[in-house]
Amino acid sequence: MTTAPPTGPVGSILEHSPRPVDQPPGELRDRRGPGRWRLWRLDRAVSPYLYVTPFFLLFAAFGLFPLGYTAWVSMHDWSLLSDQHPFVGLANYRELVADPYFWNALKNTISILLLGTVPQLLLALLLANLLSRRLRGQSFFRMGMLLPNVASVVAVAVIFSQLFGRDFGLINWLLEQFGVGRINWQAGTASSHIAIAVMITWKWTGYNALIYLAAMQAVPGDLYESATLDGASPLRQLRSITIPMIRPTIIFTVIVSTIYGLQVFAEPQLFAGSGQDSVTGGASRQFQTLTLYLYEHGFHRGFQFGYAAATAWVMFGIIVLAAAANYLLVRRIRSTT
Amino acid sequence: MRATRTRRTLAIGLAAGVLVAGAAACSSDGGSGDDTGQTTLTIGLFGDFGFGPLYEEYMAMHPEITIEERIAEFADHHTNLTQRLATGSGAADIEAVEVGFISQFTAVPDRFHNLLELGADQLEDRWLDWKWQQALSQDESALIGLGTDVGGMGVCYRTDLFEAAGLPIDRAEVSALWPDWDDYVDVGRDYLAATDGSFFFESSGQMFRAMVEQAPVGVYDTENNIIAESNPAVTDAWDTTVEAIEAGMSNRLDAFTPEWTAAFGQGTFATIICPAWMTAYIETNAPEASGLWDVAAVPGGAGNMGGSHLVLPAQGDHPEEAYALIEWLTAPEQQLKVFQETGNFPSTPELYDDPEMTGLRKEYFNNAPIGEIFTESALEIEPQYQGPLQGDVLATIGQGLGRIEDGAQTPEEAWEQVLADLESLA
Repeated sequence: MTTAPPTGPVGSILEHSPRPVDQPPGELRDRRGPGRWRLWRLDRAVSPYLYVTPFFLLFAAFGLFPLGYTAWVSMHDWSLLSDQHPFVGLANYRELVADPYFWNALKNTISILLLGTVPQLLLALLLANLLSRRLRGQSFFRMGMLLPNVASVVAVAVIFSQLFGRDFGLINWLLEQFGVGRINWQAGTASSHIAIAVMITWKWTGYNALIYLAAMQAVPGDLYESATLDGASPLRQLRSITIPMIRPTIIFTVIVSTIYGLQVFAEPQLFAGSGQDSVTGGASRQFQTLTLYLYEHGFHRGFQFGYAAATAWVMFGIIVLAAAANYLLVRRIRSTT
Repeated sequence: MRATRTRRTLAIGLAAGVLVAGAAACSSDGGSGDDTGQTTLTIGLFGDFGFGPLYEEYMAMHPEITIEERIAEFADHHTNLTQRLATGSGAADIEAVEVGFISQFTAVPDRFHNLLELGADQLEDRWLDWKWQQALSQDESALIGLGTDVGGMGVCYRTDLFEAAGLPIDRAEVSALWPDWDDYVDVGRDYLAATDGSFFFESSGQMFRAMVEQAPVGVYDTENNIIAESNPAVTDAWDTTVEAIEAGMSNRLDAFTPEWTAAFGQGTFATIICPAWMTAYIETNAPEASGLWDVAAVPGGAGNMGGSHLVLPAQGDHPEEAYALIEWLTAPEQQLKVFQETGNFPSTPELYDDPEMTGLRKEYFNNAPIGEIFTESALEIEPQYQGPLQGDVLATIGQGLGRIEDGAQTPEEAWEQVLADLESLA
């Protein structure tokens, strides 16, 4: 939005407060003496930090420390099976960058990310827009949106793998009814990516739609009223009012979906079926994602934790870059009104 | 190689769930005892070994023992076991190890209880010589496992499909059709020419593996070098398999996938390489096809495919009790019961002239004398040296065949990539 929002209730309290917020009420200062006053000052200064400390302690123990430790491990030839962990510097990273299978996995991941996220968010936006109107059985539809998200990712992956089955899958059966012919979904690069993207879309569309819906509820209704009076079509209203008004929410969902999309694991793993294919993402590695690549090296052959840790760090970098790029991109949404 | 589908799916699910949550796998240490003198023994298997009734029997004989069985998927089972041995916790008191993985573990005998010290030194004659050897450490000072079953091979075939293709259906005549693998491929061509819409075999990887297992030397030499490129037995097997793929014989099914399981019932393929344990799978996967399957001899001579050992990880706290249990489970009497129950073929030669064993017929397989067929095949097996990454090497070559089947690569490209992948494996 180009203009600042009109001063809302929050803003007016802060601006017209009768006394500055970091001063105690008058009678407290007068009656309890300077000792109380100091304690009160201390309380104001320190308490907020105390309240947020538990989160940061947990984050340090389960977020920051593993991150640092992974970086440390990634600079060693660290196999679970041996007791010696010699320091190798950046050798793991060099090996990683030189491995064509890594680039293949990156390419697959990005392709699945695009196929699984872009249609998903657009669909979520449309669904949310429909749901924000008056409907019969509103709660029913809204709850229904969330159901796919409640199902475990493994259940979703197993069921969709069967739907996409080559010989006895429902989807191939339907295609055959329409005379299109069977598709060996697992075998092809594009077909396998589409199948996996469908699983992701199925699971997350409703979730994002609900988030959009919540944001849409906060858009002032009079904007739509005046737009309607001006003769704006519903589509135009969506484009010119809704989307600019819920921009922060869109940024949030884009970033969260990007992070999720870059870490897809269970879907391709279960889609592959069994044995070696479920680690390499098909016989040609046609749908091996970065996490599967990491898993292959960390937990499947040789337990090369050092190499897997290097992969994890490169993934971390890629995710940060992608999230930042998306943020910059989506921030450009502007109001056209 | 005995995973039932539901359990397998469940196991994959659990494993994946754990990973997605980012949680480290952890589980309590194997067995536990309490004040009452009760001992709980955990036993970790891949698929159903047919031990269920035997546990009941054993616990009735030994009221102080409780047995808990954990079942995982084939590949996960061995990966998890490696991980738990490395980290020193989480393994069951008793673990099953398939033959493709046993060398990986005999290389680190100190991670297991030495069964020679627990009483197995008296029992060497109980097992086929090579089955015993497979579980010995390289310096032969430690034995890490007792043999359960062996996988003598046959070929299971659908009589109805053979009849429709104008091929003989009598098992002796069928066996005579394919003395070696080239004949098998020729029969496949005749079959394809005479039928429409069905395939000659289910998976090229199984055919390839059967051929390699029959050779005196497989993918490893005894110095643990991978010799896939230089061993003519391996390259010939590759060429023959590629020939069969290019003729369109393969149904392109991956073993143990839902598609594979469903195909048994649909009858989309006519033959399958049948180690003894496969008969149990066929029966469970296609109960309605009873009487349609039969068993013939395998082309190319005898060979072992699959079969397992029971090992005791050193981290287990009850070696004596656990040893007593596996000694009992692998004794000839119990192996016979397992064979009658499931078709898993015993590794104890004293049964091989037991009429109860040789006389066993399975109604499901058109009353085929499977006792006799698999005994003959087991007696002829020449042991083949199994290298440390045997299972992974075969899987990597299998993926190469898969790429040809998918049309993703030419046979030359696929072989080149197999060699590169094997290079990075070692």
